Amino acid sequence: MKIAVCIKQVPNTEARLRVRRDGRWLEEEDLPFIINESDEYALEEGLRIAEKTGGEVVVFSLGPDRVREALRKALAVGAARAVHLADPAFAGGDALATGRALAAALKRDSFDLVLTGSQSDDVGYGGTGSVVAGHLGWPHVWLVMGVELEEGNRAAKVTREMESGVNEVSRVQLPAVLEIQAGLNHPRYASLKGIMAAKKKEIATATPADLGLDAAQVGEAGSRLEIVSVAFPASGKGAQILQGDAKAAATALVEKLQKEARVL
Amino acid sequence: MANEVWVVLQHREGQISRISWETVGAAQKLAATLGSKAEAVLLGSGVGLAAAEVAKSDLAAVHVADHDALRAYTPGAYIGALASTIQSAAPAFVVFPHTYQTVDYMARLAQAVGAGLLPQVTAFQGEGGDLLWTRPVMSGKLQAKVRVKGEGTVLVSVQSGAFPADGVVRGEAPVKPLEVDLAAVKPDREILGYEEVGGDTVDLTKAEIIVAVGRGVGGADKMAPVEALAKALGAEIGASRPVIDNGWLPRDRQIGSSGQTVAPKLYVAAGISGAIQHLVGMKGSSVIVAINKDPGAPIFTVADYGIVGDLHEVLPALTEAVRAAKG
Ligand SMILES: Cc1cc2nc3c(=O)[nH]c(=O)nc-3n(C[C@H](O)[C@H](O)[C@H](O)COP(=O)(O)OP(=O)(O)OC[C@H]3O[C@@H](n4cnc5c(N)ncnc54)[C@H](O)[C@@H]3O)c2cc1C
Repeated sequence: MKIAVCIKQVPNTEARLRVRRDGRWLEEEDLPFIINESDEYALEEGLRIAEKTGGEVVVFSLGPDRVREALRKALAVGAARAVHLADPAFAGGDALATGRALAAALKRDSFDLVLTGSQSDDVGYGGTGSVVAGHLGWPHVWLVMGVELEEGNRAAKVTREMESGVNEVSRVQLPAVLEIQAGLNHPRYASLKGIMAAKKKEIATATPADLGLDAAQVGEAGSRLEIVSVAFPASGKGAQILQGDAKAAATALVEKLQKEARVL
Repeated sequence: MANEVWVVLQHREGQISRISWETVGAAQKLAATLGSKAEAVLLGSGVGLAAAEVAKSDLAAVHVADHDALRAYTPGAYIGALASTIQSAAPAFVVFPHTYQTVDYMARLAQAVGAGLLPQVTAFQGEGGDLLWTRPVMSGKLQAKVRVKGEGTVLVSVQSGAFPADGVVRGEAPVKPLEVDLAAVKPDREILGYEEVGGDTVDLTKAEIIVAVGRGVGGADKMAPVEALAKALGAEIGASRPVIDNGWLPRDRQIGSSGQTVAPKLYVAAGISGAIQHLVGMKGSSVIVAINKDPGAPIFTVADYGIVGDLHEVLPALTEAVRAAKG
């Protein structure tokens, strides 16, 4: 099967975050970026299905130059080639604008299956894959925790996570867009051989014009949402922080839990 | 109309969910800001009693699409039922509860009807047409203020717990049938069934004390201090999602929107950042203790007590202190 996997590069949440001077987003200088967590699982699932069915994975990513690093990593774990939606006009898109651009790029080829992550760990709209599916006119499932091919790879039995420990099991006809949830497999690491091989693999680029789109339909211009500002949340009622070294803080905490909170 | 607000309710076999009531309250508030009265939409099959329940709210109407094809949720049928109505009535906002079901179809509905998409809001402020919405970004580490631009309907989903469920203004609303033509809808998903996740399920909801561990623990082989503290406290061990996804603990230990919802008298969160999907599962705990090396971690905003530090130093010290106190 020929499988497309859409990945996004996001700031590493472990990193020290700073708000940009204009207040509208994070300061990206010195900020480490990684492949979005659920997208890593989508990529792994794509590679497994391609291996099983004798196919290939093509990775797509939209973003500035730095996303080439994410694409290179995907090539190193086994994707055959990559497409980079690279143009300043693509920046700052909401799920509708980004989904429109990705769908246009996917339409230039013919895939049996498109996989995405379920939600990005940065803006977290959780809708890009569904928008892609809408443009392609394919079925989609969000928050996928299991994929089993059926009917000679013409359909898939898909497990979707629901709230409070229940899963929905359904059958969808392929081609479809499956939006993968973190946890359904164990993503592999790149081997040295894979890293070397990735250097020779192709990363094609695409601009809005290449995709037959007007710059006004993508990125910030093509979006209904505009992030006006970001800020660290004010600490609600605020935790009492116990000071001192580990021992002193622990002793003080136990005393509080006994005498003040009375839970011990 | 430019100031109409609709609210789409979610129910399970006719039981209106708590988050749906919260969303009704949010929609009433939003409508009041725009100088109108909210209208509810209920999709399902045999949902007459649920509609009557919703009709006891201060709403302009409760529109009910009662159809066999809407008995079990599928995105195709739900989008089929809502798309043409949204397109012809063109409300300013359609408000949804931010649930996994909503997320599964809301974006595609927005794409289908050419509406804007604004997921997971926790608040809004402002007047008339100029509203600023608040939503979490960077897994809740930051709050973004977002503005909607351009013309046309916007689909909004409301984070659970953001608006009070008892904030619904009571009243009396007429129940009206919503005519939907689902003959043309191709089923996009054939529902085969529903299954419980964890096998030998641990019931964390009964635990009086929970020691919960997050990605910050660093690996399956680093769990010993967590186990020692849980033993000293007589606590159950719980975890955030990445701990489960990485296979460090079994899935029946997961706490949060996809796992168990707990409210013990004491909840100790170690190496957990405090993403909203985790918080919804534990913020009802009586006393929350957070241990995290990052003083800016959002978990401290819901905690009663906190220790900033490496959990591998703090947990052993805490175990010692608990043992000493218990004698
Ligand atoms: C649809 C959906 C459903 C989800 N459902 C759930 C759910 O049910 N439950 C859930 O928990 N999550 C869920 N998530 C994931 C959620 O968004 C977060 O990604 C997750 O809760 C983060 O887990 P964490 O806090 O352990 O990890 P991180 O966010 O990575 O945080 C790790 C924390 O550990 C701290 N730390 C690191 N090392 C140390 C150390 N040595 N000592 C002390 N502190 C340290 C760091 O400062 C950081 O704050 C869901 C996400 C989605 C999209």
